[in-house]
Amino acid sequence: MYMRKSLSIGLLLCSTIIYADKTPELGVPASKHLIQQWNLDIFPDGEGLPTGKGTAVYGKKVYQKHCLSCHGANGTGASADELAGARHNLTDNPPDKTIGTYWPYATTVFDFTRRSMPLNNPGSLNNSQLYAVTAYLLYLNQLIGKDEIMDAETLPQVKMPNRAGFISQYKFSAD
Amino acid sequence: MNLGHDLTPVAAGGLLDRRLFLKQGLAFSAVVLSADALATAEHMRPESSKTAGEAFSNYGLPSKYERETIRWTVANSNADGNGVAWTPLQDLEGSITPNGLHFERHHNGVPDIDPQQHQLLIHGLVNKALIFNLEQLLQYPMLSRMCFIECGGNSNAGWRTEPIQTKLGYFHGMVSCSEWTGVPLRLLLNEAKLKGRAKWLVAEGADASLMNVSLPLDKALKDCFIALYQNGERIRPENGYPLRLIVPGWEGVVNVKWLRRLHITNRPVMARNETSKYTELMPSGTARQFTFVMEAKSVITKPSFGHKLTRHGLYQISGLAWSGRGKIKAVEVSADGGKTWALAELQTPVLSQCFTRFRIPWQWQGETVILQSRAIDETGYVQPTRAALVAQRGTHGYFHYNAIVSWKIATNGEISHVYA
Repeated sequence: MYMRKSLSIGLLLCSTIIYADKTPELGVPASKHLIQQWNLDIFPDGEGLPTGKGTAVYGKKVYQKHCLSCHGANGTGASADELAGARHNLTDNPPDKTIGTYWPYATTVFDFTRRSMPLNNPGSLNNSQLYAVTAYLLYLNQLIGKDEIMDAETLPQVKMPNRAGFISQYKFSAD
Repeated sequence: MNLGHDLTPVAAGGLLDRRLFLKQGLAFSAVVLSADALATAEHMRPESSKTAGEAFSNYGLPSKYERETIRWTVANSNADGNGVAWTPLQDLEGSITPNGLHFERHHNGVPDIDPQQHQLLIHGLVNKALIFNLEQLLQYPMLSRMCFIECGGNSNAGWRTEPIQTKLGYFHGMVSCSEWTGVPLRLLLNEAKLKGRAKWLVAEGADASLMNVSLPLDKALKDCFIALYQNGERIRPENGYPLRLIVPGWEGVVNVKWLRRLHITNRPVMARNETSKYTELMPSGTARQFTFVMEAKSVITKPSFGHKLTRHGLYQISGLAWSGRGKIKAVEVSADGGKTWALAELQTPVLSQCFTRFRIPWQWQGETVILQSRAIDETGYVQPTRAALVAQRGTHGYFHYNAIVSWKIATNGEISHVYA
């Protein structure tokens, strides 16, 4: 019974692969220029980070103008997620999951702010404003100094306290 | 027919043989009597038959008498499009969610996408980066499959110290089930020709948050597809019109709506929605990441919180079960808080990673009972008790709550949610 089942699954896979080879091939080659315009992904090692730079000093001004109404003064105590100002550890009840206590990569702060924030006008901040506001959020979490310049080189090097705090639950089928 | 025999409980609290309603006799006997009575009565027309009916409509809507069957919406006070609309599971039957009642979870609203302008880009670790428009994609070979989509944050009120007293849909309704139709992702990735190092892809939507998330490539090649249709019609805007990535059995956030870009990579991008969110903090202080699979879960939809039992006697308990790992093998129901269990009848067809409707007859004599259901999937996984789940994961994980749900029926027929 078991043998018969695996045999029929084998046949099914074969027929699927043959079918897969015959596709309409209607996709149009995408140019490097188009890919550069579309690709916003930023990786933990810094791949994808744009030019530009900023510090927490300027970032505070950006934050106050574009972020404070939802995220509160100093990154806490308002309607949106708490970004800084943790008073509890991750093992406390309740825990505080801020950028400083929880987020494993500094690059994610830049990436998420660039792609999604501010909610009422996403995409409106330029790269230097984004580096500056990222620097301010890292500064509020005591991860960098207020005059430290954040750019494509320095941002991936910021040491995040919870960098090793995540355990992948996924096992690849080939592993 | 021996009524006395069939009404013998198969478990405590009045649970009866699951096939009771399927057997002839019991339900029919009453019908036969009333048919006899009608034969001698005067002929009457129902009110609805005395005037010509309404004209045809271009797109049908539910009956005006069903206006209370709606999604309940909860949004961020500072942003209307950041929130949730829940499927009213307590008001629905069968296993397909109507398109207008499919749950919604958006990070920044429903975008207005002109299909003439929309394109899908595949790039990264491929030999041929490709861009497709809708007209092209509609010409590709398609498949249809029924599957559930469940938000990773569904049922998260279950982590609270006190049981939440709210209708089932506002507690567990971030799950819905549709027949989705679209193009197997494998076909498009084969055309782009994956490079040997390719191991992940990053999928991105065209909404205001340009929501992106990483997905292992082995899953993408195995059974993921780019849906264009939902229950036979083009996908609704709130469910990703014109393109949605369907990742059967996996948490909703990876089923990216308004799909515009697939970036083939050798590693995850570590987006906000796979680090800061959609990860589960454990009591140890470490967090589970890339949990992906929605484990087996079941809920009794009828009776449930908000319903009221108004008589003693025979009822049919009805509910839904589903598992991200495959087919539901069995659903057991308890009417004594989990001490004894009876097997429920599963509505066929039972499909993998799909809602499975279960039902069981039940005789209520007016006593206090605690109704529960537990799902067992084809891998042998058994839906855990709340105590077992909390012992394993604590109460701060927020996501992936799938414990057994308990409804307490009071002697007056009122129903509350309890931890049992």
